[in-house]
Amino acid sequence: MKEKKLSLKNPSFQAILTSLICIILGLLIGYIVLLLINPAGAGEAIKTIILNFLTRSSSMARAKALGNTLAKTAPLLMCALSICFCYKVGLFNIGAAGQYEAGACMGLYAALAWHMPWFICLLVAGAAGAIVGAISGALKAYRNVNEVISGIMLNWIMLYLTNMILSTKAVKDPTSPYTIKLATGNKGALIPSAGLNALFANNKTVTLAIPLAILFAVLIWMILAKTKFGYELKATGFNKEASKYAGMKEKKNIIVTLAIGGALAGIGAAFLFLTGYQEWSTTQTSVPGMGFNGIAATFLGGLHPIGTIFASFFIQSITDGGALINKSVYPSQISDLISSIIIYLCGFVLFFKFAINNWVSKRDKGGANANAVADKNDQDKKEGGDK
Amino acid sequence: MVLLLQYTIIFASVLCLVALGGCFSEHSGVINLGLEGIMVMGALGGAVTMFLLPAGTSKFVIVLATTLFAVLVGMLYSVLLGVACINFKADQTLIGTAMNLLATAAATVFVRAMNTSINPDNVSSAIQYIKPKKAFLKYIGNFEFNWFMVMALVLLIVSYFVLYKTKFGLRLMACGENPQAADSVGINVYTMRWAGVLISGFLGGLGGIVYITAGVSEWKFEMGVAGFGFLALAVMIFGQWRPTRIALAALLFGLFRALSNVYTGIGFLAAMNIPSTVYNMMPYIISIIVLAFTSKNSRAPKAEGIPYDKGMR
Repeated sequence: MKEKKLSLKNPSFQAILTSLICIILGLLIGYIVLLLINPAGAGEAIKTIILNFLTRSSSMARAKALGNTLAKTAPLLMCALSICFCYKVGLFNIGAAGQYEAGACMGLYAALAWHMPWFICLLVAGAAGAIVGAISGALKAYRNVNEVISGIMLNWIMLYLTNMILSTKAVKDPTSPYTIKLATGNKGALIPSAGLNALFANNKTVTLAIPLAILFAVLIWMILAKTKFGYELKATGFNKEASKYAGMKEKKNIIVTLAIGGALAGIGAAFLFLTGYQEWSTTQTSVPGMGFNGIAATFLGGLHPIGTIFASFFIQSITDGGALINKSVYPSQISDLISSIIIYLCGFVLFFKFAINNWVSKRDKGGANANAVADKNDQDKKEGGDK
Repeated sequence: MVLLLQYTIIFASVLCLVALGGCFSEHSGVINLGLEGIMVMGALGGAVTMFLLPAGTSKFVIVLATTLFAVLVGMLYSVLLGVACINFKADQTLIGTAMNLLATAAATVFVRAMNTSINPDNVSSAIQYIKPKKAFLKYIGNFEFNWFMVMALVLLIVSYFVLYKTKFGLRLMACGENPQAADSVGINVYTMRWAGVLISGFLGGLGGIVYITAGVSEWKFEMGVAGFGFLALAVMIFGQWRPTRIALAALLFGLFRALSNVYTGIGFLAAMNIPSTVYNMMPYIISIIVLAFTSKNSRAPKAEGIPYDKGMR
């Protein structure tokens, strides 16, 4: 009993608990929608969405499906890290989608038009994303433009620009709206798998991108939690004026933060398009969802880079699971529905935590100190929550 | 040329309506990034109404019912924003983004389920409304006049009047500028913000149905509203949160949108051979440039985006 009391007050346990509440409520609402559409197969469908690759019949098929999910988790994780990193510095990087587009654009262009090897393409993609991020940052630092608004505008500008650049002769397949397949255009631009695909029934899309993305997550966590640089950035985000007074270059910090965020998202795009998983469609008219799903993974991961790894995998897994359900009865968008409900519920996380704290202190001390404990935990959270 | 004029006016109507919606919400202090989602929901409400109305319904009833349900669904959907951001003080950017994703997913799921329940082989996410759509149209020569154009104009005038000439409007704006001061003189900030959010649901929902009936007779809900909600946000900022300027901004951005659709039919523009993506990009580029030069002394409501807490100083 004493153990339990302790753990409920522990902020990281609370973060996990609130994320689980969001997931369970999201799945519950999804299940209700399935029941409303057709009660007969609803249980089976929700099971498929949750279990995803585990529902495949043979172990080979399971390994292959898991590989596919992981291959798409890597770019999602990078976008989530981009948003997570900026959020820790007090910036809402909704422009991750645009930075992702820039990364896709220049990564593919470097691969197909300049015939560069994969690691150069990765760097080019990262640089392109960083430039777009830095534009948002500079607008914020020098012209006081809200990064959310400039991010949204840049998302659309980059979408059209990418469509335009990737429609040029050197990179576009003349017979389809897609860019040339890397396997035929430039094999050297495919991220090597380094034997990883052997673990996943020779799934060719399983590449070094997956361990690299996880490495980035650890790196971001280290920067934020353990370095002076990370501390300065967080301080700038917490109070711009105070950090300026303390001798930090607040303008530079804002730009650097968004540039790093942009680089992460840009590399994320390269992690998808340089695996040969899919090609860029030059006729697409909406901003790719990867950047927005990254927001889901960030908040579901409790705004912690390591938590984001698991959250990204979960979001990608239910998305892939949604594609496996009986499509003649249920629409596959049901998993988009579930993940968007989960994002919506993440907005209530502060309230959930407050409720838990209230409940714990009421149980412990008859409610006398309820607010004191809640306030203290609130403060802990505001200080960053990273340990 | 007539086609260009027609598209410009109808797109401007959409942008004007939705941007005014954003304007009301932001003046009350709540940033509404979920406009795109509200438009999708309004479009869904209107399209389903048109689809379900029996053939032979009089034109007047079609126009009335479609408008009414689009507006109603839009308002209902905006409740999600109100509950989270006013009552539970959630992050407004996060909730707005969630609402955009949720709307497209929910609308697609709903339309597909509806289509399959009518015909098991139909798994498309599209609704057709060829016949009922004609109720909105009137031809003046080649110009396709749409009753929604009048609605947009009327609502623009009403919005201007409400915001600047009524007690309600001035109080609403006070809540977005300095909620503490507004509260101290007895204005209920929560009620005012709820009013702002619901009005944005009303106008956003209407904008949604106008948009999907503008050029085509069937709509695939998988596409959402193709970024028009975000374009409306740009219109609102370009219009500096003032109804009259919003109307002008809507006309300008509407023109660019229309150009990207019809430029091939206009001699000298087709000769210049600028790809349509450039016309599509222009509104966003203009917005960013304008923002860069005006944000230092921006007219944006001072307290927008900050949840109101009675206990705070």
